[in-house]
Order: sequence, then C-alpha cells, then structure tokens
Amino acid sequence: MLDYLRFREDDTPDVSAVTVDAFLDQTNAAAVRIEPGDDARQLLPHLEQLRLVEVNFPSFGDGRGYSSARILREAGYQGELRAVGDVAVDQLSHYRRCGFDSFFPDVPFNPEDAQAALDRWPYVYQAAADARAPIWKLRHGDQG
Amino acid sequence: MYKYDSYDQAMVDARVEEFRDQTRRRLDGTLSEEKFRPLRLQNGLYLQLHAYMLRVAVPYGTLNSAQMHVLADIADKYDRGYGHFTTRQNIQYNWIKLEDTPDILADLAKVEMHAIQTSGNCIRNISSDQFAGATADELIDPRPYAELLRQWSSFHPEFLTLPRKFKIAVIASQTDRAAMKLHDIGIRIVKNAEGEIGAAFYVGGGMGRTPMIAPLIREFVPLDQLITYSEACLRVYNRYGRRDNKYKARIKILVHELGADEYKRQVEEEFAHLLTLNIEPPIAELERIKAHFADPAFEAGASDALDLSDPDFALWVERNTLPHKQAGYTIANISLKPVGGIPGDASAGQIHLMAELAKTYSFDELRVTHAQNIVLPHVRKADLYTLWQKLDAAGLGTANLDTIEDIIACPGLDYCSLANARSIPVAQKIAQRFADNGQTGTLGELKLKISGCINACGHHHAGHIGILGVDKKGTENYQLLLGGSEGDDTSLGKITGPGFDEDGIVDAVEKATKVYLAQKQEGERFLDTYRRIGMDPFKEAIYA
Repeated sequence: MLDYLRFREDDTPDVSAVTVDAFLDQTNAAAVRIEPGDDARQLLPHLEQLRLVEVNFPSFGDGRGYSSARILREAGYQGELRAVGDVAVDQLSHYRRCGFDSFFPDVPFNPEDAQAALDRWPYVYQAAADARAPIWKLRHGDQG
Repeated sequence: MYKYDSYDQAMVDARVEEFRDQTRRRLDGTLSEEKFRPLRLQNGLYLQLHAYMLRVAVPYGTLNSAQMHVLADIADKYDRGYGHFTTRQNIQYNWIKLEDTPDILADLAKVEMHAIQTSGNCIRNISSDQFAGATADELIDPRPYAELLRQWSSFHPEFLTLPRKFKIAVIASQTDRAAMKLHDIGIRIVKNAEGEIGAAFYVGGGMGRTPMIAPLIREFVPLDQLITYSEACLRVYNRYGRRDNKYKARIKILVHELGADEYKRQVEEEFAHLLTLNIEPPIAELERIKAHFADPAFEAGASDALDLSDPDFALWVERNTLPHKQAGYTIANISLKPVGGIPGDASAGQIHLMAELAKTYSFDELRVTHAQNIVLPHVRKADLYTLWQKLDAAGLGTANLDTIEDIIACPGLDYCSLANARSIPVAQKIAQRFADNGQTGTLGELKLKISGCINACGHHHAGHIGILGVDKKGTENYQLLLGGSEGDDTSLGKITGPGFDEDGIVDAVEKATKVYLAQKQEGERFLDTYRRIGMDPFKEAIYA
C-alpha cells in the first residue's frame, strides 16, 4: 500500500508545516498547512520562501482545497503542494490537475487503484493548473 | 444536434470504465458504502426506498431517435419496462441493480449518452428551452452555449465537491420556458446596444426549503468570456459557500447572505484574475458547436393548411401545438400526463414509438421538457394528423398541455427516500377530478405542481397552484400554495393556510378554481386573477 505519493524530482523538504495564522505571524517558516476555511491568497506575498504547502482535506466532500491549490499555482508557486487527510484515490487525477504534486492520505492508497486513477482520463475538457492541453486546444490548435 | 467527436467519445468511454472499476470495488467490499456513495452519485445512481435509481442525462433536453430507442431498451432490459422523465429534462429508472449499472452506462455511451454528474454536489446537467431552435421568439438557439458549458463542467477538477448541487439553465428568449431564474445560475443569451451577442447572468436562484429568485449579477458577459465568468462564479461559491449545514449550502444562501452586490464584487475580482490565465475556449470552438445545431432541411413553401374536421384532433392541435419559426411546420407536444397516469412516465413501447415518430416526422429530434413531457420540435403540418393518430393509438394523444391536468409531480413517497408524502396519487386524483367535472378546458392555462417534501423537486413554489406534502404527526398532509410562476414573471407561491388530507387537497384545489371562474375578467388566466384579487377570496372559499 502507498502511504505517500510524490511527483517531484527534488528532495522532500525536511520542514514541518505551521498553520496559516502562525505562518503570517512568523516570517521565516518554509512550510504551511492550509485548512479548508483559510484564504490561500493570504500566502501570496510570501510564496518565495515556501518550500511546502500542505492542503488539508478533513473530509473528502469538502472541496475548498482544490481552489486553494489552483490559486497558489496560478500565482506562480513552484514548491511542493501536498494533499493530506481524507484524500480519495479516485480523485487523484483531479488533484493533480489542480496543482497537487504530492499526497499523504490518512488511509494508504492501493497502488493499482492509484495508477488506474492517474491514468484514467485520456483527455481533459478544461484548462487548469497542470500542463495538459484541453480538448478545445487539441481541436483548434493555436487559434485559441 | 450535437454529435460527439473522438474526444467526447473517449471521455464518456473512460467514465464507463471508471465506474465499472468502482462498482467492482464496491461489490468485492474494497470500497465501503460511505466511500462509494459520492462516487455513485456523480454517476446519477441513488439508493432509494426499494432499489437503486439511475438518472440519465439528457443534455439541454435534446435527443435523437437512436438515443430514445436505447432509453426504451434500458427500460425493458434493466428496469420494469418504464422510464420516468424528470423536471431536469432527464430520465430516471427506478428499479436498477447496482451490478447492471456499468453495462447500462456502456449501452448509453454507444449512443453518446451518459449519467455524468446527474447527481452529487457538482455541476449538474445543463438545462435549456425545450423549444430551442424551433420557436419564433428566440434571439438565437441557446443550445450551443449549453453544450460549451457541458464540456467545461464535465469532470471539472476544481468543482466536483462543491458545497451542494449546482444547476445551470441557458435560454435565449424573453419567454422563459426553463425556469431560468430558479437555477443556481440562469443565463439568458442577449444582444447589447451595439448589436453584439452575450450572456446575462442571474445567480442564486433556487427552490427547495428556501426558494429564491436569482438576482441579475451581470447584464452582459461577452461570448469569448463566458466560460471564464462561469468559472469565477463557481470559484467564489466553492470557496465561500456554506458547508456547515446542507440546507444552507446552495449558492442562493451565499448570494443572499453576502448580498448580490458583494457577491458580484467578489466574482468580478476573481474574473479579472482568471482573464489573465487564458482558460477560455476560442470562439472557433463555439462556432464548431454551433454548426451542429444548424436548422434541419425544412421544406420551403410547406403548407400551413390543417384539416380540423376531427374534433379530437382539433382539440389536440389547439392545446398541444405551438407556432414554429418555419412556415408550414409546428411544434408538437406529447403529453405524458394521461388522466390517471403517473406524470412523466412512459412505457418502453411508448418510448420506442416516440423515437420512430421523431425519425419519420421531426427530423430525428425530440426534446424532454421540465414539465415532464416530450416535444417533437419540427413537424410538418401536412403530417400532423397522421402523427396524432399514431400517438393517440398508443395513449400518447392526450390534449392537456399547460392545463390543470398537466401536473408536475415528484416521485414522492412511492419511491423517494426523502419524501414525507405521496405525490403521484394526489396528481392522479386531481387530474381525474377535472377530467370528470369537465373544467379542464374552461380553466385554460393553469400550472399545478406537487412536491412530496420541502426539497421541492416538484417545483411547488413555482406553480400557479402548488401543493407541498408534509408529514404531520405521522400522517400525510398537504399544504396549498397559490400564485407561483416560473415564467418571465417568476414569482413564488404563498401558502393559503392549514393543510389538508389527500381528499381534502383535491377539494381545495377545485374550490380555488371555482373562485377563479367566478371572478375572472376577459383574457385572465388563473394566475392573473389571483394577482389581481389577492389571496383573501380564495382563502374564504377554501376554508369556508
């Protein structure tokens, strides 16, 4: 079973994440943990110093973390973006599309289920935080 | 109508395989029901009182005959020989086995159909005007915009676990036949002062426990920003919609609590940001989609003459057909509301027949309406009598469109695990009462809608006459509402007073109609009279 899934070449940062409030109070932390109710945009002035952002999914059904992830990537955050908590294996490709590049689920993934979920979608309909070209781009090339 | 290309087909096929895998894991016990539930819901599979219910998407209510035949085959092969057309222009099957579902989805995929996002807290099937492309009063066919939104909203990675379900309707005429302002987002395609086409966005409408009419959030979104603006609306909702109470989680509550101006301000801010990211499909994509919705090859100079010497046919023409934009053609409505029937139900044989008739007489096209009827949108008037005879022989010739017999009803306590009261028997008794007393025609347009609980799937808030089933100390009780409307003049009905038992509500409805008949002025519908004279005369009669 997979306790941990990571899609980055660099070493896993050896830092522990603090809460958003604590991060905003102390200027030197390199890792922060976003809860569903936190505003990811508060971190935008400090992206340069961050090496790890954890986004917590206390329950699978609370999808605010997807928006938090995209907001960080849209602002140019390059560090590790980790989904933690009730991370659902069936949603892996959607997390990836929103910019997550590592996963620390409460319940380890079955490796076959994880691979199947990552390989599931031959195409994508929308532009998101990943590099995949949406179907409309495949249809029309650079006219878009 | 829209035709899949290899990309669309590959996405739907991938979904079938995904659900086959998830179902296998559920059946072998790897997935608990708790973990499986949100996955099956995103494929339209509910666990109801007696069995699984599968809801199949009919995007913007448009179908071809091959698709309709497959819907009939599914009813025969996997259900008990019936399909139930819904207020979201979809079709539901009430007696489905979990282990059959992947095969049903595979059958659907072969005719470019699916059950993607027909349930769950995600963007649902996009609904539209059932007369799109046929009616003379539209600015433009709204369905290409709905299709663009369908593709954008399918498997949208950010918006699959919203606070609550999310329904979008797109129309392009002043007459609102899709209850657009009672949706989470209602879009009206409009033309601005410069003559450009764009979209007006109404956000935060809905029925349910807290009915609200959507305020106008933006008068004009240019067509090359439609998806980007939608994304901004959704992102603000995903981030700030309430998640502490599922009854306060719809976007209408967010818009109401923030105020429309503050919601709009936040959307505009997000929109300005998203515009920098180039997430909008090019106009060439909209043009590609539009080409699929070109007019069929209408016969030029087709005759408008109709032989109305058969009185039954004449009545059906009067009540069930509407003017078409093309001379010599008409819009034919097939009522799924025969007196004594279940509103919206059709047998497999009837579904096959409607498919054949669409192929022969309506350029291979059908529509599902939110009032749970079927439309043949493009019928040559010269074919109308033959068509009607074939419909009538199959029990599909009922002439009662938009009358008091044309009742919208949710499945109610006969099927639904949420219901407090039965809806279907009440609908049947009311239709029977008015068929017996002969008043259906005299009453004219009268929209009666029944919900079996406060979730309002039967749209009772928007009925000229609405009925809400509640549970009163263990017995079914029915409240009466008057004055709702879903049209351009959207309004919410008001409760008359104390509720009734099953027979009492039928009597109360009849009394209300008597007040109307006694008080109506020339040209007034029930709704108009109610609006003029107010609730009091109705109350006096009903509770006398």
